[in-house]
Amino acid sequence: MEIPYTVREREDTGLYNAKLGIWLFLASEVMLFGALFSAYILLRVSSPPGFWPHHVLNVPIGTVNTIVLIVSSVTVVMGWASLKMNQFGKYRIFQAITILCALTFVCVKSYEYYDKFTHYAVMKKDGTVVDGHLVSKDKEKIVLHLNEHPETRVRFLTEGDTTPANEPGIAKGAGPITGGHSEPAPNAHKEAASGESHAGHHEPVTVPMSEVQRMEAYGPWHHTYLAIYFTLTGLHALHVIGGALVIAYIWGPGAKMWKTEPERYTNRVEVSGLFWHFVDLVWIFLFPVLYLL
Amino acid sequence: MSSGHAHDVKAEVRRYMIVFAALVVGTIVTVLASYINLGHGGNIILALIIASIKGFLVAGFFMHLVSERVMIYTILIATVFFFAGLMYLTIWSLEPTSLIHDKNATKTAVVEHKAH
Repeated sequence: MEIPYTVREREDTGLYNAKLGIWLFLASEVMLFGALFSAYILLRVSSPPGFWPHHVLNVPIGTVNTIVLIVSSVTVVMGWASLKMNQFGKYRIFQAITILCALTFVCVKSYEYYDKFTHYAVMKKDGTVVDGHLVSKDKEKIVLHLNEHPETRVRFLTEGDTTPANEPGIAKGAGPITGGHSEPAPNAHKEAASGESHAGHHEPVTVPMSEVQRMEAYGPWHHTYLAIYFTLTGLHALHVIGGALVIAYIWGPGAKMWKTEPERYTNRVEVSGLFWHFVDLVWIFLFPVLYLL
Repeated sequence: MSSGHAHDVKAEVRRYMIVFAALVVGTIVTVLASYINLGHGGNIILALIIASIKGFLVAGFFMHLVSERVMIYTILIATVFFFAGLMYLTIWSLEPTSLIHDKNATKTAVVEHKAH
């Protein structure tokens, strides 16, 4: 049976069926991401004073990824316009750039995830927190490169990590909550480093496992900020991968249709493009919310 | 996006390039604005305004919403209605009287911590 209205517009809707379908799907997607944005707002506002981290993510990397997605949106729409002008060769080039942009985005995002999963917060039994990137870890010890930007530290939500850091990578977790402005512990850096390492900030710090009370990577389990960050960006990345697969199929094996049904093929490109623009649209809001605010 | 004439498409291509430039500039402005201290609320509002303008450009021109069929506007009006409802419920739940925004709970936690 032939699928109706793949090219011709229906009289009642004024649209070909696939276009109506993709817009209904995008409407449901708005609600899906809307619910997660709502969760973000609730988590952020209900976070105890001073516990919501800021500038944890790398802004230049996020900016590059934003530009990459914007470029891909332009190449998608230029690809469609090329087909409208009967320039199949140009379409092929534009969509190839789109697919490369999608791959770049996913690779950069994977690097960012790797960076977080190798970033550790180690709370020692004396309440001191050592924060930095993993160098090595075994049963005896954990070795970290200290985080030199203490303002970016994501604090433990529990177990008494209540004092903001005042030294690179290290904080003393002993003070009471006083509106998020506790007095920093004196000589916190010295206390944490003594006995394990006399290294400077650029050299790794070793913490014996016997002194570790708790340690966590910056995964979604470490903090509600990271939980919503991984949820939102993970779902978005799945959309990028899904969209790229569809675009790649239409660009590659599906391109045979251009010879037999060029209008229908152009409509397929348009529909996949609408999804891709939506993915870009979501990122336009995710970027400032997660990276900058 | 209904017209298929090559001339119209060429005019649209020029528009896409302008929108592209505006989106790149908007991204740079968003990043630079985040380093200016406008108060926490001020920074959030400015970032969301810029993001909304960029979102309008993508939806309006790349997704061709500035010249679409009535049926699509109908779908989107329903979406906006439910999305606004969701955000209203979210903000409403943050009111001081709501369970989520329980300031007393935070105060109690501080007192207990001090007692220890």
